Amino acid sequence: MSDAIRAETVFIGEEQIQAYQARPLDAGTVPGVVVIHHLPGFDEATKEIVRKFAAHGYSAICPNLFWREAPNAAPDDASAFVRGQGGIPDEQIIRDVATAAAALRALDNANGKVGAIGYCSGGRQALLVSTAVDLDAAVDCYGAFALEAPPAGAGLKTQPIKDRLQDVRCPVLGLFGADDQFPAPAEVARLAELMAQHGKSFEHHSYEGAGHAFFAVDRPSYRPQAAVDGWQRVFAFFGQHLEA
Amino acid sequence: MCTYETETVDIEGAGKGAAGWFDLTRAAVYVDHPQRAPFGHTVNIDFANPAAGPSARVAVELTEEAALALVAAIQRAIAHAPAGLASANTPV
Repeated sequence: MSDAIRAETVFIGEEQIQAYQARPLDAGTVPGVVVIHHLPGFDEATKEIVRKFAAHGYSAICPNLFWREAPNAAPDDASAFVRGQGGIPDEQIIRDVATAAAALRALDNANGKVGAIGYCSGGRQALLVSTAVDLDAAVDCYGAFALEAPPAGAGLKTQPIKDRLQDVRCPVLGLFGADDQFPAPAEVARLAELMAQHGKSFEHHSYEGAGHAFFAVDRPSYRPQAAVDGWQRVFAFFGQHLEA
Repeated sequence: MCTYETETVDIEGAGKGAAGWFDLTRAAVYVDHPQRAPFGHTVNIDFANPAAGPSARVAVELTEEAALALVAAIQRAIAHAPAGLASANTPV
């Protein structure tokens, strides 16, 4: 049994969107995971997460959600540029994640199951795509503005997801920091209530002593205990729903 | 937290980025996670020219104290100069 992986930039779908892909080279079929990057963009930290999934036996791919607006720009420049334009429309995110999921299912060693995971704004997008993309599991890591749109002054194209929750197609895992204000614990509780009302599977955990971005190893917000436990829950959840 | 709040303002001037000097047309100011500064949140300012592409940007990430001190310093510098000297309407 080999633990070798192959990681590289690829271009996917008819529109040839840039993406970063990592996959195990061992024989046998494997599930797929779409990694949805955070607002700071298609950066080194996100690519490390893609490789982590491959090392754990998943084919993983992260589409560059800012590719259309800022092709070949540095991740921080792309993020600032997109932010200045009000962000990315939800329908475009759904389309790019669907393209990424299809690319994973088209791999020769795919087992046909695909999950999605996102961090920060990507956490919100993971919940969003669970309502519209053919996924088998989704993980929302501290996504804010899922229920309500951001303040009008923010000038973002983001729309609330709360009216789409009846369309959630797969089990969802939510991981949050108890000290976070976006999303605040009350918003997480409200999300759990709404998911329950719609009969959706929503497992969620809030970590004491952790705020926003506790998984981010390159930022002061990193909280090792929450992150270590969170990763265990992510792999247990994907193991349950993606490994046939 | 991610605030997502962004204040934008049209500006006139020039800035020096990775590829040299360029005209500035837009500034964005937001309190959010920095890319580089070793703090959880900073006041981030992008001086940019969106028409020239994403790389036409001069970025700074300041603590709240630094940002407010900078605002005060800008106001003092303008106050100490002859009125209107740096105005766009002043003939050269």
